Amino acid sequence: MIGNGILKGLTETARNFFGSYVSKDRLTTVQYPEQKIPQIEASRNFPFLVYDGADWDAGMRCVACQICEKECPPKCIFIEKSKDKKPDAVGKAQFYPARFDIDISVCMSCQICVEVCPFDAIKMDVEFDLPTDNRFSGLLLDRHKLAKSNDYYHQIHPTEASAVDAALAEERAKTAAKAAAAPPVAAAAAKPAAPATAATATSAAPQPAAASTPKPAEGDAK
Amino acid sequence: MIALMNSGAFSAENLDQIFVLAKHALLARTPGMLQPLASAIISIVPLMIVFPLLFAITTILERKGLGRMQNRYGPNRVGPFGLLQPAADGIKALIKEDVVPAAADQLVHFFAPVVFVAAAFLGYSVLPIGRNMVLVNLNAGVLFFFAVGSVVELSVFMAGWSSRSKYSLLGAMRAIAQMISYEVPLVLAAVPAIMAAGSLSTVDIVEAQAGYTGIFPHWFLFTPWGIVGFGLFLIAATAESNRSPFDLPEGESEIIAGYFIEYSGFKFALFFLAEYLGMFATSALGITLFLGGWSAPLSFLSFIPSWIWFFTKLLALIFFFIWIRGTLPRLRMDQLMGFAWKFILPMALLNVFVTGLWRFLPAGPLNSIRWAVCAAVLAAPCIVLSQSLKQKKKLLLRTYHFAE
Repeated sequence: MIGNGILKGLTETARNFFGSYVSKDRLTTVQYPEQKIPQIEASRNFPFLVYDGADWDAGMRCVACQICEKECPPKCIFIEKSKDKKPDAVGKAQFYPARFDIDISVCMSCQICVEVCPFDAIKMDVEFDLPTDNRFSGLLLDRHKLAKSNDYYHQIHPTEASAVDAALAEERAKTAAKAAAAPPVAAAAAKPAAPATAATATSAAPQPAAASTPKPAEGDAK
Repeated sequence: MIALMNSGAFSAENLDQIFVLAKHALLARTPGMLQPLASAIISIVPLMIVFPLLFAITTILERKGLGRMQNRYGPNRVGPFGLLQPAADGIKALIKEDVVPAAADQLVHFFAPVVFVAAAFLGYSVLPIGRNMVLVNLNAGVLFFFAVGSVVELSVFMAGWSSRSKYSLLGAMRAIAQMISYEVPLVLAAVPAIMAAGSLSTVDIVEAQAGYTGIFPHWFLFTPWGIVGFGLFLIAATAESNRSPFDLPEGESEIIAGYFIEYSGFKFALFFLAEYLGMFATSALGITLFLGGWSAPLSFLSFIPSWIWFFTKLLALIFFFIWIRGTLPRLRMDQLMGFAWKFILPMALLNVFVTGLWRFLPAGPLNSIRWAVCAAVLAAPCIVLSQSLKQKKKLLLRTYHFAE
C-alpha cells in the first residue's frame, strides 16, 4: 500500500525519539570537554622526546644526530648540536641537542622521524588537545616542552615502550661489558681529549646503566 | 488590564477574550483621533513579537527533536539544556559581517529578504488565532492568503537573480519550479473546505466547524474529503515552505544553500525567519480549514481559552513537520515534479468533486453509506495513481564502456 514505507520510517524515528530519553545506551555522543574516551594504543599525533630517569635535561636520549631533521618531509624540526658531550641512554659519550624545536603547525604527523631515529629518542605522542592563543610561538615546541618521561611513553604506548626498553637494556649490557673488558683502552682513548670530560664520561658511564637495569622489568610488569 | 481586573471575575470567558478585552481597555485610554492607528498597532505588534518568538522556540525544538530522532543530544551547551541556543544564534547572526557580492545588484539583493519577511507576515493578517482574534476579517481571506503567499516566489527569484551566482540562480529556478507546482495543489486542497463552508472568509470557515455532535466536533477533518484534503494540504504545504523531504531549493548537500547562498549575517537569518513564518502561516491555515481553527477538540474542553487551542494545534503540526524532516530523505527533482503533477493534482481535483458528491448525497440515517461511497471514490484512484508512481525500471549493474 502507498505510504507503508513512510509509516515504517515514522515509527522508527518515533522510537528513537522516545527511546533516547529512556535508555542512555542509545546516546553514543561523548560530551567532549567533560568526557574523554581513552585513546587506542596505535593513535599518534605529534612527536615528543623521551628521557630516562627523573631529570629531563640529563636523561634525554637524543644525541643530536640530526637524521630526523634531514628526513622530515615538511622540515618542521630544528636542531642545534651541543659543543660538549655527555653519556647517552646506553652509556656512550655523545652530543646532546642544545636546541630542539618542532613546529607542530608544520608537522604532518607522518612518523618518519620516529622511524629513522637510531636512538629511540623521538616517539609519537597522543596528546591532541593543544590549543594556544599564539599561533606562532605557541605552536613552536622547544626541547623542554617536547621532553616527556619514559614512564609517560609506557603509559601511552605500553607494548612499544617495553620493546624499546628491552633493546636499550641489551645495548647497555654490551657497552658495560666492553668497558669492563678494556678499561685501559678506553682510558688511553680518552687521554688525548680533555681529561676532565673523559673523567666525567668514565665515571658517569656505569651510573645510568645501573640506574636503568630495573627499567625493563618495570616495563614488563606494566 | 487594571480596569479588567477591577471589573470582575476571571471567568473562562474572560480568559478566552483576555487579549480582546485588553485591547479595548487600552483603546479606551487613547484619544479619539488616534484610535484607528492605535488599534492597528496594538493588533499588529503582538503578532510580530509572538510569531518570531515561536520561530526561535521552533529552532531549538527542531534541533533537539531531530537530534533525539537520530539518537543524539542536540544543542545542550548554551543555558540550561541548551535552551538559550536561539539567543546565541541570533547574536551570532547580528554580529556577523554582511557580505554582498561585488557583481550583485545591490538594491534587489538588499530587498529580497525584506520582501520575503514582509510577504510572510502579511499572511497572518487573515488568520484567526482565537475567538474574535483576527486582524482583518476579509470576505476573501483565503484568497488573500494565497495571493500574498505567492509573493514569496518573487522574493526567491529576486534573491537568486540579484546574487549573480550560478548556484543561487539554479537554486532559485528549482525553488520557483517547485513552489509554482505545489501552489496549484495547495489551493485545490483548500477548495473543499471553502465549498463546505460556503465562504472564503477564514472566520466563517472556523464558525462552520464550531458545532459539536455529542462531544465530537464538526471539523472538516472528520469527513472523507477532509482527511484526503488535509493530507494533500500538508504535503503541498511542506513543499511550499521548502521543508524536507521537499527541500531541494536549499539542498545542503548539493547546492549548499540554494537561492540564498550569497547572503550572510542577519539577511541569511531573515531568510530562515521568513521560511519558518511561512511554514507557521500555512500550518495555521491548515488548522483553520480542516482542524476547526481555535475550537476545542472535544466539547467539554471548551473552557480552555481558544488561543491556547490554536497554538497547541500549531505546535502539534510543527512537531509533525519536524518528525517528517527527521524521517524522510530528500526527493529527486523529477520525483518531486512527478509527485505534484501525477498524484497530488489529480487527487486534489477528485477531492473537489467528492466534496460536491458529499454535499448532495443524503445525510442522516444514510450517513454511513455516504461515507462509504465517498471513501471508495477517493480510495480507488489513489491506489491506481500510486501504482503509476512506482519505479518500473529495474536497477541493473552499470557498465562503463570506456573504462576497460
